[in-house]
Amino acid sequence: MAIFINKETRLLVQGMTGSEGTKHTGRMLKYGTNIVGGVTPGKGGQTVEIEGRNLPVFNTVAEAVAVTGANASVVFGPPKFAKDAVMDAIDAALPLVVVITEGIPVHDTATFYAHAVAKGTTRLVGPNCPGLISPGLSNIGIIPGDITGPGRIGLVSKSGTLTYQMMYELRDIGFSTAVGIGGDPIIGTTHIDCLKAFQDDPDTDAIVMIGEIGGDAEERAAAFIASYVTKPVVGYVAGFTAPEGKTMGHAGAIVSGSSGTAEAKKVALEAAGVQVGKTPSETANLMRAILNG
Amino acid sequence: MDLFEYQARDLFEAHDIPVLAGAVATTADEAEQAAAKMGGKVVVKAQVKVGGRGKAGGVKLAVDSADARVKAEAILGMDIKGHIVHQVMIAQAAPIAEEYYMAILLDRANRNFLVMASVAGGMEIEEVAHSQPEKLARVGIDPNVGISHDKALEIVKAGQFPESVVNDVADVLLKLWAAFVSEDATLMEINPLVKTEDGRIIALDGKVTLDDSADFRHPNHEALVDHAAANPLEAAAKAKNLNYVKLDGEVGIIGNGAGLVMSTLDVVAYAGEKYGVKPANFLDIGGGASAEVMANGLSIILGDSDVRSVFVNVFGGITACDAVANGIVHALEILGDKATKPIVVRLDGNNVLEGRRILNEAAHPLVQQLDTMDGAAARAAELAAK
Repeated sequence: MAIFINKETRLLVQGMTGSEGTKHTGRMLKYGTNIVGGVTPGKGGQTVEIEGRNLPVFNTVAEAVAVTGANASVVFGPPKFAKDAVMDAIDAALPLVVVITEGIPVHDTATFYAHAVAKGTTRLVGPNCPGLISPGLSNIGIIPGDITGPGRIGLVSKSGTLTYQMMYELRDIGFSTAVGIGGDPIIGTTHIDCLKAFQDDPDTDAIVMIGEIGGDAEERAAAFIASYVTKPVVGYVAGFTAPEGKTMGHAGAIVSGSSGTAEAKKVALEAAGVQVGKTPSETANLMRAILNG
Repeated sequence: MDLFEYQARDLFEAHDIPVLAGAVATTADEAEQAAAKMGGKVVVKAQVKVGGRGKAGGVKLAVDSADARVKAEAILGMDIKGHIVHQVMIAQAAPIAEEYYMAILLDRANRNFLVMASVAGGMEIEEVAHSQPEKLARVGIDPNVGISHDKALEIVKAGQFPESVVNDVADVLLKLWAAFVSEDATLMEINPLVKTEDGRIIALDGKVTLDDSADFRHPNHEALVDHAAANPLEAAAKAKNLNYVKLDGEVGIIGNGAGLVMSTLDVVAYAGEKYGVKPANFLDIGGGASAEVMANGLSIILGDSDVRSVFVNVFGGITACDAVANGIVHALEILGDKATKPIVVRLDGNNVLEGRRILNEAAHPLVQQLDTMDGAAARAAELAAK
């Protein structure tokens, strides 16, 4: 079954007419993602040909949904336009909105996140994330489609390239869904949301959870695992050697005083029965050992 | 970006939050002049972005301008927890009757904003939360609703402020919220917020953190950047739009993607224990690593005299490994004789075989390839030890 996306996903690309949007629309189409149109305010009525497909462009998500029956969107494009694009998708009650854009001001994210919660009809993934892939079914965002095929591991990660690395390490087993939830201080879908969905997904047997320094999302995920998840979980946390007070690439990846350290996250995960690897390859081996009994 | 206290004071003033007169000085002369202009008693305060300066002797009362000069001389150049004092703030002294606390901050766990207000100010708020939790109001704010006048009154009353100051404190809270939103702040803290003996409510000290991602709509924030504090390598990297953080080790690190680079630092640190070496930096060249970006990155790292070996760790995603390999080859051509340190490369992912072939064919004497991240980290650490 996979989680969040599958063959029934009908995707809109918000920002499809921009360079990033066009490039990744082509990649997703090649993968087999069912893209039904694009949204660019002011360019409605045009048709764009990408990968041999003629895709209609709409001014608003609501118009696009009315014509195409879309049930998900992915947002590309510059940070200053992201808030309006996401608000538009939430107003149209789109069930899934995946925000790839990096560098969105956190006040903007707080605003559209609160709007999504108030409306209660949209799941947000991201921002500042690589998107998600259910191998063989659908691929939304920028995750390379050829790293691994379908299988029975679920993966949730804050980081894009670490997601790719872990998919590569475990390509012999394969994945049901891999979700890159993003490295910003405020994100829509969390580790916990994904853990719950994987626990409830009959096609997922085991879960890899990748975290990094900053915030307390991993500690909260550990508490959730202890109370809800019965499938095996292995974990990895990046940033054991990161110094205090320096932002490590992601806006959310910063150790402040004693909070947000990798060690604290590892301790919390291990207390919840999660085996934590010291490196990506060790983490993959832990998972392999579990699945091979 | 964290602001200095004097910058926070100026920002508060610009948003009508009541503050006392204050001026920044970088020399004892300037401090004396500022104090003379203000007249009367002043407080000389070290400007450092770290807590605990009072206990470290970085805050002193001066009875007049001559005394302000003496106090400034003592404070300028002090080392407070590794932060050298380059500036002092000369602040008007005020007779304080009571000390309160107020802050608005980004609440990552609840994914909204949090107001904290307490009648018990002047100390660390963690201490108040621990010892007198009933005196600390903690209220989540929906960014789409904001803080109404009634809400502000409710928060201030919950913080157990005396009835006589409730209206004035609520007024400060409303102004602080307006400033927090319009400046794209992630933290605005007033500690202490004081009542003076003549009954005025004043923000006596402030901490402000601004969201760098919002700089595009705040051209005036550029002037607040503390260029003096930036490491020269970090400044050079920033000028090239590279995401670089200087660390104190010997193995230069280049990778693509923040998570993978953080992971690389860890793996190198583990491998380096045996050789007594550590990562020299964090450098994320991002997804689209062109030859030029790779050259810029390599040149920053090779310009770091602490670096004894370099580890390039790339997982080819959108940018395939052949493009990254070409980037490395071109970077070494551009750098020529400036490239003098061994470079260990690990490529995996999209088009990896072609990427490895390109590097093998180029056969640059400084470059060696390993197949795994762990193996390459060990080799880079070993090379840095020599």
